[in-house]
Amino acid sequence: MLAAEALELSSGWFLENAWLTGLIPVIGFAIIIAFGKKLPMKGAEIGLASMAASLVIAVGAALQWVQRTDSAEGHSEEAFGLLRAFGRSLPSATEGEAEPFIPPVVKTWVWWQNSGLEFGIGSSIDGLAVLILALVAFIALLVQVFSIDYVRDDRRYTHFFAAITLFAGGMLIMVMAENMVQLILGWEIMGLTSFMLIGHWWEEEANSRAALKAFFTVRVGDVGLLVGTAIIFFGANQWAVDNLDSNGFNIAAIQAWALSGEANTQFLLWGAVALFIACIGKSGQFPLHTWLPDAMAGPTPVSSLLHSSTMVVAGVFLVARIYPVFWEGFNIGTGGLSFIAIIGSITIVIAALLAFVQDDIKKVLAYSTVSQLGYMMLGLGTGAWLPAVFHIFTHAFFKCALFLCAGSVAHSGSHHSFDMKKDMGGLRKKMPVTFWAWIISTLALTGVFPFAGFWSKDEIIDNVGANGYTFLQWVSLGGAALTAMYMTRATYLTFFGEPRGAAAGHGHDDAHAEEHEMEHISVGAPEPRSLSSAANTQHGGEGSASDEPHGGHGASAAVDGSDHHHDDHHGDHHGGPHESGKLILVPIVILVFFAIVAGFANPTPLASRFGEGVEVLKTYVEPRPTPVIIEEFLATGPGESVALTEASAVVAAESGEEGGKKAGCGFTAPEPGTACFFPGVSHAEPKFTKILLSLAVVAIGYALAIAFCVSFYGRRNPKLVGLTERNTVLRGGFLFLKNKYYLDALYENVIVRAIAHPIAKMAYWVNQNVLDATVNGVGIGTRKTGQWVYDNIDQKIVDGAVNGSGWAASEAGHAMQPTQSGKIGQYGALLFGAATVGAIVLVLVNVS
Amino acid sequence: MSAVILAADDVNVAQNVGFGIIAAIMIFAALKVVTTKNVVHAALWLVVVLSGIAAQYILAAAEFVAISQVLVYIGAVMVLFLFGIMLTRAQIGKESDLNNKGWALGIPVGLVLFGLLAWVILDAFGDDILPDSGPTPTVSLSDQFLSIYLVPFLAISFVLLAAAIGAIVLARKD
Amino acid sequence: MLAVNFLLLAAALFAIGVYGVIARRNAVMVLMSIELILNAVSLNLVAFALMTGAVDGQVFALYVIAIAAAEVGVGLAMVLMIYRNRKSIALDELSEMKG
Repeated sequence: MLAAEALELSSGWFLENAWLTGLIPVIGFAIIIAFGKKLPMKGAEIGLASMAASLVIAVGAALQWVQRTDSAEGHSEEAFGLLRAFGRSLPSATEGEAEPFIPPVVKTWVWWQNSGLEFGIGSSIDGLAVLILALVAFIALLVQVFSIDYVRDDRRYTHFFAAITLFAGGMLIMVMAENMVQLILGWEIMGLTSFMLIGHWWEEEANSRAALKAFFTVRVGDVGLLVGTAIIFFGANQWAVDNLDSNGFNIAAIQAWALSGEANTQFLLWGAVALFIACIGKSGQFPLHTWLPDAMAGPTPVSSLLHSSTMVVAGVFLVARIYPVFWEGFNIGTGGLSFIAIIGSITIVIAALLAFVQDDIKKVLAYSTVSQLGYMMLGLGTGAWLPAVFHIFTHAFFKCALFLCAGSVAHSGSHHSFDMKKDMGGLRKKMPVTFWAWIISTLALTGVFPFAGFWSKDEIIDNVGANGYTFLQWVSLGGAALTAMYMTRATYLTFFGEPRGAAAGHGHDDAHAEEHEMEHISVGAPEPRSLSSAANTQHGGEGSASDEPHGGHGASAAVDGSDHHHDDHHGDHHGGPHESGKLILVPIVILVFFAIVAGFANPTPLASRFGEGVEVLKTYVEPRPTPVIIEEFLATGPGESVALTEASAVVAAESGEEGGKKAGCGFTAPEPGTACFFPGVSHAEPKFTKILLSLAVVAIGYALAIAFCVSFYGRRNPKLVGLTERNTVLRGGFLFLKNKYYLDALYENVIVRAIAHPIAKMAYWVNQNVLDATVNGVGIGTRKTGQWVYDNIDQKIVDGAVNGSGWAASEAGHAMQPTQSGKIGQYGALLFGAATVGAIVLVLVNVS
Repeated sequence: MSAVILAADDVNVAQNVGFGIIAAIMIFAALKVVTTKNVVHAALWLVVVLSGIAAQYILAAAEFVAISQVLVYIGAVMVLFLFGIMLTRAQIGKESDLNNKGWALGIPVGLVLFGLLAWVILDAFGDDILPDSGPTPTVSLSDQFLSIYLVPFLAISFVLLAAAIGAIVLARKD
Repeated sequence: MLAVNFLLLAAALFAIGVYGVIARRNAVMVLMSIELILNAVSLNLVAFALMTGAVDGQVFALYVIAIAAAEVGVGLAMVLMIYRNRKSIALDELSEMKG
């Protein structure tokens, strides 16, 4: 059993050259910028080609990673066959530990070095990296295909493709990062290009404001990234140099340091806090989520790429990548209530509530993304690493599909308007493909069996509970019900009911603009009219003509809305709503296919029936919490098959449960000479009752929401309509949501002016009460003295002095006037002369 | 000055003689640069000074700096000066009004400055003897540039780029 | 060789350069005088490098050469523009002071 037989880990061309996935889009960006306008497809073909090439390499790398893992499995099979045979009955905590840690395939070059510190650039490919690389390349490729038709004839078509290609490149560079510096590089490339893309139509002020807001909000978090990287560097550097022949920026070194048991707790805690602040900014967590809905100002493909697999996932990815730091820093392993879990669960609920009061279909989806990111963070914060990563994977497909559906609706159905209440409704007959794609994606998002979201979201909820966070489990279940409700509302408003506005075939030049003006809701006005009453009025106006949907009634799509915006920047005017073209539908259909099947990448509930083999992600993506002998790890060079002796695995076999207390990586310090790279996260045993419970919660959510929508939007039930106006509590809550918890107001009015206003007020008060009173009192008392002073001192002495000083200044000015001649030679003489004199003085002072 | 040189022991006489000759030529040429009445002649005298500096660099065992001096100053900067002179249509012959009205002010300033510097130098380094040194390997210079002086190196690259662009923008006709 | 040899030569060039900056009226001539000053400084740096045995001084001399090249480029471009606008590069005519 302990035969010193070497484990040959296979490698391969794709694994070693996965860095190309990041490089190709960057080169593609340069080519598009330089030559894009002269190419037949105006640069789009370069973007597509570079994304396709990246996708091929990423998929190849993923397949070779699977081989690499299998090549280790084959050997450990005989050594631990016995253990694996019992594997099913053993608690899951020990189950995974029998398998050897698979070192990532690292390939780096020295980027630059400074005072003995080398900064590498290159790729470090492991299961997590290949998963996200393939995902990003795939989604980016589909979004680009979608964009060909969607942004056709845009005035900055070429620049759009350049920026979106570089954007995907930034994410790929970040995902494959081997050290924190490269990670920051990719992170910042994304920040910059997201600014360019959100502000793509910068001619409208709202768009450029949204771009700035996104950029600056994320920047607030980025400070945390820099500070956190610095903290971790100073904590980890010495350990990394001593033990791993590396430095404190290396991600593998940081992981090993955090789990080594020698790490300083303060460094870990504050480093984790600072880095998580970066994730709050980037991943739109409470309270910095406010930029995400505003980022909808960009073109729809941008929103869908930003919100599915790139930008916002970057923060979640960062946490997943250096998970040991958070694991140790926040004591996740011992069941501590972590900062991450709290923020994540708050985000789930508040974002889901906000989604209820949005009229803009893209903003509903934006808040939905924020809420789903909350799930991922909650999972990471409670030790459910794999479900969180799995949720990144599945969420990317259905959220991207939903955004593209919204884009398709706006493109072909609602005349480039995203306002569900004004310009949509009844589109299911006109756009059947889009409708069914939307329905399937919605079911996937809400976690209905057997679509993708069910497997991942249920995993998170299940694991949160299994790790002992019962309250948070109920919060996340509630969030699931809320998700079902707001998605039902959005679906109903968009695809059911009667067509309104542009969806009914009205052009923008409808004559009912005034009526619409009246109905326009002014948020925060002295007597705000609630949304529901506005909808009521609108419907009442339509009442008699409800059976002729193409009549000239209802609210028109006037271009004055501040709440909704238009993608109509290329000025082509369609007729009525119709189904979109092939270039738009094909990406949607592909994404929907994956929204159905992606869940089967890791169907944990099926594992008990079909064997663990079905849990693909658990086998290949999750790093094994097995200590590695450091010398062997260091031998892991690029381009060669690595020999890991069985000794590594033997160490693992000895750990495990010790007297009921968890042991092994992440719980006890590894033995000297070995290092851990991933903590031993536990996996919940799926239970049929729990699955039923969450499905029931979702079903109740659906039932409630459908009943509400039919009676409220469909039949205009008088008991419900206008309820927010009649009931003070509800109205208060509604306004609170409508104003997004007043967070924007808080940031702009309170925090930004926090320094200016109180100080100004205080100064004014002091001025009015203290100074004035003093001045008045003193003034009266001194007036008489003043009179005397005036008569004697002022008139005689002071006036004389003032006049005298004026005269002296005037004379001195006249005397100095020649020196200010404006002649350069003279200035030079004075300059050098003065310098010489000054030098003489200095020398004399120093000598004596 | 010669007294100082001869007073020192164990100095390399040939090196000193060479230094003295070149230094004399340089000071003469420098004086001609600032006194000649012909702009083109001034530029040519400047070439002499710059070549002299390059020769002094070689005496000071700084071969690479000397080569750079020849390439950059005599090769590039002087051509720029000659172009500048031509493009501003300076007279090729003598010019009477090359000096300011207050030019005489420069004499006392220059003399006082030199006196002060000379006194300080003699006071501080009066009898420091330079070590005899072989040529500095260029590798050691490049090591410095690409390690501890990397950031200034990058900064200076940007300065040069900015200067090139700035010069084009300034001198462009439109 | 004595350190003062180089230092005194550099001081002399510096003083001559200062005289040139003060006395000369033609902008190109002023630029030439500035070159003298810069070269004097470089000579000092190289001499000190020899004295201390470290090459840092030579590195800085190279930086000075690079800066001088940039300075001459921009300076002459400015002179050209002044000439184009005023048909003269006499520095004492550039004054627009009324005093």
